[in-house]
Amino acid sequence: MLAEAGLAALWLAAALAAFQLILAGAGVARGSGEAMAAVRPVAIVQGLLAALAMAILILLFLRSDMSVLLVATNSHSAKPWLYKFAGAWGNHEGSMLLWVTVLGLAGAAVAMLEQRLKQPTLIATLGAQAAIALGFYAFLLFSSNPFARLNPAPIEGNGLNPLLQDPGLAFHPPTLYFGYVGISIAFSFAVGAMITRDVGPAFARAMRPWILAAWIFLTLGIAAGSYWAYYELGWGGWWFWDPVENASLMPWLAATALLHSVTVLATRDGLRAWTVLLAVVAFSMSMVGTFLVRSGILTSVHAFAVDPERGTFILALLLIYIGGALLLFALRAGTIREGATFELVSREGALVMNNLLLSVILGVVLVGTLYPIAAAALGVQLSVGPPFFDKTAGPIALVLVALMALGPLLRWRRDDAGAAVRRAAVPIGVSAATLAALLMLAPGIRLLPLLGLVFAAGVAVASVAPLWGRNLRRTPLFTYGMVVAHFGIAVALAGMASDSAFTKETLVAPRPGETHRVGPYRVTFEGVFPAVGENWSALEARLRVQRGDGDAFILRPQSRFFSSPPMVTSESKISTAVDGQLYTVLGQQDGSGRWQLRLWWKPFVTLIWLGGFLVALGGALSLIGRVRRDRRGVVRA
Amino acid sequence: MKRALLWLPAVAFVGLIALLASGLFTPADRTVRSALIGQPLPQFALPPIVAGMPGLASSDFGKGEPRLINVFASWCAPCITEAPVLMQLKQAGVKIDGVAVRDTAPALERFLERNGNPFERIGSDVNSRLQFALGSSGVPESFVIDARGRIALQHVGDIKAEDVPAILAAIRDAR
Repeated sequence: MLAEAGLAALWLAAALAAFQLILAGAGVARGSGEAMAAVRPVAIVQGLLAALAMAILILLFLRSDMSVLLVATNSHSAKPWLYKFAGAWGNHEGSMLLWVTVLGLAGAAVAMLEQRLKQPTLIATLGAQAAIALGFYAFLLFSSNPFARLNPAPIEGNGLNPLLQDPGLAFHPPTLYFGYVGISIAFSFAVGAMITRDVGPAFARAMRPWILAAWIFLTLGIAAGSYWAYYELGWGGWWFWDPVENASLMPWLAATALLHSVTVLATRDGLRAWTVLLAVVAFSMSMVGTFLVRSGILTSVHAFAVDPERGTFILALLLIYIGGALLLFALRAGTIREGATFELVSREGALVMNNLLLSVILGVVLVGTLYPIAAAALGVQLSVGPPFFDKTAGPIALVLVALMALGPLLRWRRDDAGAAVRRAAVPIGVSAATLAALLMLAPGIRLLPLLGLVFAAGVAVASVAPLWGRNLRRTPLFTYGMVVAHFGIAVALAGMASDSAFTKETLVAPRPGETHRVGPYRVTFEGVFPAVGENWSALEARLRVQRGDGDAFILRPQSRFFSSPPMVTSESKISTAVDGQLYTVLGQQDGSGRWQLRLWWKPFVTLIWLGGFLVALGGALSLIGRVRRDRRGVVRA
Repeated sequence: MKRALLWLPAVAFVGLIALLASGLFTPADRTVRSALIGQPLPQFALPPIVAGMPGLASSDFGKGEPRLINVFASWCAPCITEAPVLMQLKQAGVKIDGVAVRDTAPALERFLERNGNPFERIGSDVNSRLQFALGSSGVPESFVIDARGRIALQHVGDIKAEDVPAILAAIRDAR
């Protein structure tokens, strides 16, 4: 009965989404207050019904109801409860239901909380939101029903891919989904405002918290995914430009640009058409990402279902929503008044440059990701790897970071170039000192990491500059947010540059008792021993590690062997110190029967993820600051 | 001029959709081709594991007749499904050698008793060294070795009944 109730909730939610779309359409077209007033409650109930369906699916997984096809194929009664819980979205159907649930709840939140938009614009926004939801309900109900029964029910399920049984990975997809779906709200706002020709500062201020929230989740999701790949896959790297990684990076780049352009629109009433276009582009990037991941069109290290039928469905949705929005943009953007003007040397000018550079990086990543498909259409098989992306996106990103240091020091509307440079004197001095120090202490350092470290030092100083000489207690929280986020970028950049410049890798085939040095550590190989786990057997190396005169400790990297499906994985072991990480991997046996051992010393590599966390924290501070100020504003009004 | 510019995103988007659709409807050739095709077998000598059957060494190949190497294990479920097909190949005159991956003698003997023994020799690959040298990542996997000792074909996964004609053709071509 429970599964049927879930399916019924899903159908009902879909019907309400259709109703919501019709009500909004009729209300806005005829200017009917009654129809418009009915939209909000419908949106709220629609969101709650979607959440009910999701809750039922989670319950079915927790109860290990094997008569449900999805549970039987993805779960196992002996699994720890956390993975039963996360198993509900650790598959195609469940993750799509989670997507539509977040979409529905976000729509309900807009219906309940949004106070400042004019009613027609808000209703048009909720109509656009209903249209998106309707497409995904159709996808679930006609092509990916999560509640399908299995008759006869098996006694036991298939279980979850062992590699996915990791707490980090259990919560990585929902985090990213909150980000993707949050961007859909920005998209709906843009469509709504285009329909009612209401693109202005009030619209921008209403949209901004939603973009911020989505962007925080995207940032966290990407940082967590990167750290998972780093410690779980055992290759010692933290970013591979894999198509699935790019699928989350592209919306993040667009959302970052949008976050900055929406600020120009909200404070200075500039960049109207551009901001609207960016909102459409940001959501299309999350749709394109979903398409790339779900259709199996690209080969990726991430194992997802290869399924052209579902790919076709998502492609059709992409065509309708993004195509429709871009058509609307082409027809309406000409009538959007351009808004306030500004000089090139100004805060707005810097933000425009920021947007252009982010767009160029986005374009480079998009072209690199899609190029194999284009080549395949011409009959050539090729893949585009990290060297292409590093060489193209890397330098542009450095220019962007330099601009990030300068931007917040500029005044709105118009500034004097000479005065701006004087204000930037301290960061420039710190950069020059860093450059001199690095050239002396680390001669032979490659150019890109050198520039990375120099810029990181300059940006770290420049990012706190907006706080100089201000009354810190009266400085608004969102200014602190910007400072923390920009500082986080500097921290992450320092980590990336340091990892790429100073990493020491040693590949050895030691005899038992042999000691090797890597970075500040002495690693003694004591031998390889068998080990057994719940569903794997392993050979594990025993490494005695000592740093200076400190206490010795043991690391046990493994070569882990799963029997169904047969698969050998490397379980790296990492020791973290304040100034970096020792990363150990047990390799294969070499020709003479000795084991290969890979040892890395990665100075300051943890700064990459610390920086990512700071960026997200900065976003959260800004969000709280904005929402608080808005509350006060509403109360006063 | 400015009006025309506003259509640019929509036009670019149509191009994107066309590209994605073409990718979707003309699936690329996803066959993984081993880099070892055409290469001589690596040098190896695996000890015997089953009483009364010889082990396997690279010197056993390249003696003027093509042979099939089957990488398998007694703990591998698809290998059980594959066993009757291997017997069928043996009856068709194919000379088959086994590489037993991470196996023990008693388990392997039980496996052969239950599923038949199509092999002329079986080498014991205790820690997957030969398996990795052959570019094989799982069990079962099979390799056709031509008359001069070079790898002519890599078959990933179990050999199914419908694969038999292709394997026999490869053996014929490998003479």
